This record gives sequence, structure tokens and C-alpha cells, in this order.
Amino acid sequence: MPSASNAAAPGGGGPEVPRIAVTDLTLAYGSSVIQRDLTFAVRRGEIFIIMGGSGCGKSTLLRGLIGLLPPTRGDVLYDGRSFCTSDPEERERMMRRFGVLYQKGALWTSMTLAENVALPLQEFTDLTAAQIREVVALKLALVGLAGFEDFDPSELSGGMQKRAGLARAMALDPDILFFDEPSAGLDPISSKLLDDLILELRDSLGATVVAVSHELPSIFAIGDNAVFLDGETGTMIAQGNPRALLAESTDPKVHEFLTRGEARVPAR
Amino acid sequence: MEDRLPAVGEVRRQIETGRAVRRILFDTQGVTAWDTGLLAFVSKLREWGSAEGIEPDLTGLPEGIQRLLRLAAAVPPRKTGQNDIRLPWLARVGTTGLDAWAGAVAMLTFIGEAFLAVLALLRGKARLRGSDLAVYIQDCGASALPIVTLISFLVGLILAFVGAVQLRQFGAQIYVADLVGIAMAREMGAMMTAIIMAGRSGAAFAAQIGSMQANEEVDALTTMGLSPMEFLVLPRMVALVLMMPLLTLYADLLGILGGGFVGITMLGLSPTQYFYETQSFLNLTDFSMGLIKAVVFGVLVALAGCFRGMQCGRSSAAVGMAVTSAVVTGIVFIIFSDAILTVVYNALGL
Repeated sequence: MPSASNAAAPGGGGPEVPRIAVTDLTLAYGSSVIQRDLTFAVRRGEIFIIMGGSGCGKSTLLRGLIGLLPPTRGDVLYDGRSFCTSDPEERERMMRRFGVLYQKGALWTSMTLAENVALPLQEFTDLTAAQIREVVALKLALVGLAGFEDFDPSELSGGMQKRAGLARAMALDPDILFFDEPSAGLDPISSKLLDDLILELRDSLGATVVAVSHELPSIFAIGDNAVFLDGETGTMIAQGNPRALLAESTDPKVHEFLTRGEARVPAR
Repeated sequence: MEDRLPAVGEVRRQIETGRAVRRILFDTQGVTAWDTGLLAFVSKLREWGSAEGIEPDLTGLPEGIQRLLRLAAAVPPRKTGQNDIRLPWLARVGTTGLDAWAGAVAMLTFIGEAFLAVLALLRGKARLRGSDLAVYIQDCGASALPIVTLISFLVGLILAFVGAVQLRQFGAQIYVADLVGIAMAREMGAMMTAIIMAGRSGAAFAAQIGSMQANEEVDALTTMGLSPMEFLVLPRMVALVLMMPLLTLYADLLGILGGGFVGITMLGLSPTQYFYETQSFLNLTDFSMGLIKAVVFGVLVALAGCFRGMQCGRSSAAVGMAVTSAVVTGIVFIIFSDAILTVVYNALGL
């Protein structure tokens, strides 16, 4: 399997336990296997991109990572602890450390923005109503939506819904943020702003970020490390820093993807 | 355009009856405008021609048509394997059977999970958000009053009519009161309310949860560690189970009033007569039998609605199907459980 050299680990040196370790993972819906034999690791504090063409199983892999689709085979380890084989309560505790931003935001439409962000706080913290209000205002301000507390999700544009979804994902100060196609359906400027926000949050909160994406500008702008999924063979065919992959990968599919099909494989 | 295009079959016949045609040429000198009709014509002719060994010469066609034909031929049709396999009937029976079995297992799993959630609630381990519960109680209770009023009154009226025709022959009109009273209290009050609620609340539950499912909102709950069962299903079920007996009691009353309306206006009974007869004939057992049914129906309608919603696929068409199937499932459950309960009551001698 061709793979490029990895970016320097933020922690640096030593046999560090990866934040997320995916071992030999196979994901299937019923009897149709979407992706198989996936093995990769995500280090603490890095932005990890799951890339590949449309319909190759990127989002399916994300669903596998966050526990929405139990794998047919293999396991996902968070900080060395098995996620897929642990008991439901333990798994729920691990899931509470995740923040997930869904493709269309997935805000609860029957609630206002403030209620959306407040719900996890009400359910899992001992904060008083006044404190929750403050935290909610802060989280919404972080994503540039201060003053939108009482808006219904349907009153917002797609980009705003995504940012509100991000505010909700960050409500419980998660250790790991998952993004399902953060820039899909956004105009270039909103998309850039969201990328900047992701970088900013990673740097300031120290969170690990896993993002599904097929938007090249975004992949190159934020990705520290990446895995390339191939829909035809149903498995990963490259792994490494996106820029390094662009420069060094000899796999025609990877190269074609990273250059929008414009350049052929460099002669070796 | 279209009316001047010859049909492909016509051209084919001409070629076949003519002598040894080896080439097909197009003369489009007079064509000033064209649309997909011409494109389809040429493409069909070409398809037939290549099978017959006569490759049409496309050079006479307008430039745009030639380019579109090249574009259409650029990606060969892919074998998706979706339509070309026709299973033998035994395999189809088997697949249908397996699907039905999987559906039954999914439903039983859901019912089991709902039961566990109710147990957890009774033990104080599950959370029930008061604000949600209040909204659903209003939705399944007060908001349903107008329609329950109308339907129950009319059902009472119909029952009285049906009874009156027979009883009048024997001069026993007064027994219309007994008939309407017992039918409403034991059977029709609960049943009609349940059917209204299946169409109203069951459908609403399926639509609400189904659209949340389609919009990944249910996933968002799950990954946040909030159980959809506890958060979405439990409050709806509790609300409907609490409201069903109250609505049923109300429906019983309205039904009796409907019967009374017929008795008084058409059968010449006095209000006092009618209601005295009803009161002396009905006892508490009749009402409690209806109320027990109401609770059972409430559980089943809520389960059917929530189950179909949770099962919903990820498109808006799937939400529509979820709603339809919630109502159908709900009504089937109601009639089925009503039959079982009636047999049980009978066996108990009630």
C-alpha cells in the first residue's frame, strides 16, 4: 500500500497511545460490505481527514467510529480502550466525550438554538439554569451566532445551521470532534470560515478532529493526516499527510483525486 | 419538429423492403431547429443499424447532435445488477418470508426496549422531561377533544338508529338506551377514540420521529448519549397512555348523548326516561372494561407510531411511508387486541 510520510506528531516522540486506533475494521449494511480491512491511527490533537470519492463509504466509516453502525469485524480503540466491545454504559460514557457535527447540522428542529445547545448541559451537568444560559451564549458566540439564541433552526441559512450544530457539538467540551463533510453545501467563503474555526478550536481547546471531506481546498488547509478510501475496492488505499500524498503518492486514484483529475501520475 | 420526424419503425421497414441498403446518410440541410426528438430518433436508428450491420453515417447531422451523441456514448451503460435478475418464485417467497421475520424481530426488539425503558422509569432510573411530557399531553389530550366530540356523538347516534329500527317493531324503544350505553362503555368509546388517536397522534409520532431520523437528529441524540427511547418514545407513550382513558370516558358520555338525541327526537322518549334507563342499566364494570381497553390501545398506538418513526429511512418519501404504516399498524393492533380482550372478558364472565 503506498503511503506517504506522516506529519510530525504534536506531542512528539515516544510510543504514544494513539487517541483513536482503528484495527482491521470492516463495515457493512446487512450483507453488503462498504469498507473492509481498515487500519489507521489518529494522534492526539491532530486533524485527521477521511477522504475519497462520493459514495465510497466515508460517512459510513464515520458512523462506525462514533458507534452508530456496529462493525462487522475489527474494533475502534479510544485511548487504548476498546469501543466496540465495551458494555453499553461504558460506551455511552465514551460517546459523551465526542462532539459530532452532522452533514446538515442535525439541529433538533423542535427547539430553539439555545435549547439545542442547552440540552446536553441540562442532561449531563449540574449547572444551574443561569449558568447554562451563560455557557450557551458563550458557545454560540464562539461560532459567531451571538444573539441568535431564540431562533428556530429553520430560520437559519445552511452555513449558520452548521455553525450552530458545531456549538452544540462543543457544548460538553468534547475531547474529539467529528465532522461529516463540514464544507458541503457552503459557499467558498463560509467554507473557509468554518475551516478556520476548526483550526482555531483544535488549537485553543486541544481537541482531536476527525473530518470526512472531499473538498480539496479544505483538505489541504486543515488536514494533518488523512486516509483515502476507495469505493471500487472497498478499502483504504493510502494514508498520510494530504500534501505529502499529493507530492509522493504513486497511486493513480489518489493522485487523480488530489489533483481534480487534471494531472497524471508523476513519472518515476 | 416532432410531426415531421419519421418513426423509426417506418424507416426500418423502408430499409428492409428496399434493396441491400448498406449505408444510412442524413441530410439535414433544411433543419433549422432540433430538439431531443431528433436525438432520440438518430440514437435509436443507430442502435438498430449497428445490430443489422449498417452503421449510420452521422457526418450529415448538425454539429451539436454529433457532440451530444458522442457524450452519451462516452460512459458505457453500467451493469448495476439491480434490474436484470428475476428471482424464481420460491426465492421470492423465501426473501419475503425472511423480510417479514426480520420485521417481526425488529418490532419485538423495539417493544422489549420500550418495556425496559418503562421499567427504568418506574424505578426512577430513566429521565422524563416534564416540558416534553406537557406538550405531548396537550397534543394527545385537549387538542383531540373536538374530533373526539364529533365522532363519538355521531357513533352514539348511529348505534341508536340501528337499534331503533329493530326495537321499534316490538315497541321496545326504551332499550335503545341500554344498547347505546353498553356498546359505548364496553366497546365503541375506547375503540373509536383509539382509531382517532391512531390517525392523529400515531401518525404525528411517526412523522415527527421519522423526520428527525431523516435529518440525522436521532443520531445526534444517540451520539450525545441521550437514548432516543428515553427521550423520544417514553414521553409520547406516557402522554398517550394517560390521555386515552380520559378521552374514552369523554367519548362514552358523548356517545350516550348522541343516542339520547335520537331517542328523544325520534323515538318519543323523554330525557328523564332515557337517562334513567341508561343509569340503571350500566354499572362500573362496563366502564372499567372500556377503560382497560383504552389503556391497552394507548400503549399500542404509541408503540406503532414511535416504532415506524424510528424505523424510518433517510428520505422524505420514507417519512410518508412511515406515517402510513404507523396508522395501518396502529389500527391492526387495536382490532387485534380488542378481539383478544373481548375473548378474555368473556372467559372471565364479565
